[in-house]
Amino acid sequence: MQALYAQLLVGLINGSFYALLSLGLAVIFGMLNIINFAHGAVYMMGAFVAYFLLNVAGIGYWPALIIAPIVVGIFGMILERTMLQWLSGLDHLYGLLLTFGMALIIQGVFQNYFGSSGLPYSIPDELRGGMNLGFMFLPIYRGWVVVFSLIVCVATWYLIERTRLGANLRAATENPTLVRAFGINVPRMITLTYGLGVGLAALAGVLSAPINQVRPLMGADLIIVVFAVVVIGGMGSIMGSIITGFSLGVIEGLTKYFYPEASNTVVFVLMVLVLLVKPSGLTGRAS
Amino acid sequence: MKTSIVASLLLGTALSLGSAGFAAAQDKTVKIGALSDQSGLYADLGGPGSTLAAQMAVEDSGLAAKGWKIDIISGDHQNKPDVGTAIARQWFDVDKVDIIVDVPNSGVALAVNNVVKEKNGVYINSGAATSDLTNAQCSPNTVHWTYDTYMLAHTTGQALVKAGGDTWFFLTADYAFGAALERDTTAVILANGGKVVGGVKHPLNTSDFSSFLLQAQSSKAKIIGLANAGGDTTNAIKQAAEFGIVKGGQKLAALLLFLTDVKAIGLETAQGLNFTETFYWDLNDQTRDFSKKFSARMKNGAPPTMVQAGVYSGLTHYFKALDALGGNPHDGVKVVEKMKSMPTDDSLFGKGEIQPNGRTIHSAYLFEVKKPSESKGPWDFYKLIGTVPGDQAFTPLAESKCAMLKK
Repeated sequence: MQALYAQLLVGLINGSFYALLSLGLAVIFGMLNIINFAHGAVYMMGAFVAYFLLNVAGIGYWPALIIAPIVVGIFGMILERTMLQWLSGLDHLYGLLLTFGMALIIQGVFQNYFGSSGLPYSIPDELRGGMNLGFMFLPIYRGWVVVFSLIVCVATWYLIERTRLGANLRAATENPTLVRAFGINVPRMITLTYGLGVGLAALAGVLSAPINQVRPLMGADLIIVVFAVVVIGGMGSIMGSIITGFSLGVIEGLTKYFYPEASNTVVFVLMVLVLLVKPSGLTGRAS
Repeated sequence: MKTSIVASLLLGTALSLGSAGFAAAQDKTVKIGALSDQSGLYADLGGPGSTLAAQMAVEDSGLAAKGWKIDIISGDHQNKPDVGTAIARQWFDVDKVDIIVDVPNSGVALAVNNVVKEKNGVYINSGAATSDLTNAQCSPNTVHWTYDTYMLAHTTGQALVKAGGDTWFFLTADYAFGAALERDTTAVILANGGKVVGGVKHPLNTSDFSSFLLQAQSSKAKIIGLANAGGDTTNAIKQAAEFGIVKGGQKLAALLLFLTDVKAIGLETAQGLNFTETFYWDLNDQTRDFSKKFSARMKNGAPPTMVQAGVYSGLTHYFKALDALGGNPHDGVKVVEKMKSMPTDDSLFGKGEIQPNGRTIHSAYLFEVKKPSESKGPWDFYKLIGTVPGDQAFTPLAESKCAMLKK
């Protein structure tokens, strides 16, 4: 029984990453209608920016949590301005191909210079060590990841669903022409939204840097699972992706305990089941 | 332009002469296929570095001056046996490749082993670990050069059991390699009076080991044996540190650890780990000299790993055999027989021999990862703590299950 609690908690930790990443995807898909396959690549860039900040500029983990998402977010906005914006109104397939291609290029460039086995990034001193919870030894850093990503998820949800800015944003996706007529700069909002989604991915990258290796393919390995999470939760649903992210982490954790060999397929089996029963995803509205 | 036309005409003539069975011994063309994981979790320990090692072996062989024409092509097996065999087949059928080298990932290596045998090519495997290549699955076309699971079990594994680590829990990569390493290590543990209290099989290329590590922790085993490699091992070691496993009194056994893995873990976390390799760049003047030339040509400046050095050394021996034969017979069994008949001796692995089952025998070295304060350079990681002679490190012929030996 103790082991089960431990696995649940570990699942929650992984779920935090799924939630943060699928949240960014949901924001981008909901507002821009683009399936952002470059999400794994920007997640990886977030981790690399943190690595560079530490090793080149001597800037530690805490500032990196803010700087890396901004830097990568700006990079994302440049991509949106120069390339993605021309795809609005076209079939999803174009956006998918473009972002997938960008992801391959970004990963290829990093791989060329840094190889595949990764670079170490140590846990900040404040969050080192762990505490004994009785049923398991919880590294403080992992606890921090869960708490911090929950806060970020809820804040993002609040921003989009409950504030005036979010209302404008949602209105702009429904009917851009009308919203423009109210004097709101819709293209700029879309760019900022893409920046926000990408920034969230980069934030997840920084969070994961001390746990996983900072590797060019760290995003590629994760992104497929995250897409399954988004599909299960329902494309474009903010709350849906947060809840699905956390719960799938837990389900995966349980699988690792009961039948480890299946731990990297269980998410996809679930995806198939959900698609069979409810094709729009658990919380998605049928379009 | 004109000369190249003449050259290709000459080459064409030479080839058609060769295939017509005229002076086959005069055929001095060789095509090498370097098959590896070029972009995944094993790419840094083999990958592009192995292709470079093959290139350097060609340059250093001096065969070009003797009129040989040697080409190298490389391929990415993506750690998928089906992709690996498809490439191997195409290489033999279309590209007329004579020899395949490297091939890390035991699953792919065993699959390619069958193709090479079927096509009567030469197979010098450096990257894969499974001892099956020279046991149950041995082939007259195969030389297993660098290391294998038997060697890892009988060096690192044995040393740990003898030092009191008598209860083990395995974290095993769920494919041919992990299974072979767990099997061979378990045999050593049992033979030395220890026991295995449990284990988990994890999927290849796992990024999060926390669940598995928690299970290992609650097993109370003295040793947690890592029967995995590359990115899997580095992730497991890093995360074990995070979960306080070593501080809790359990010891990690990195049964297979490469130079690039230590780099990825960082000395802070890796220090004190014991493991075995058959090559390290800083062993002696010859290895240092080679490594200097090698890293100057690597994009990230990395010195060669054991696997990459094995590609160089294996090919060097192959070229010696070809030179002795006077030409390329394009007959895998014949070339491998020649290779087995000559003692191995090169600047990287020293003196040794290839046994009738295809196993290359050379010394193995027990290393310990240095403390950060002891490391003097960016790749100064290992402290040599012991040398195991080849005949003690590798499978004795009497124990080998290779069918070729029972003739």
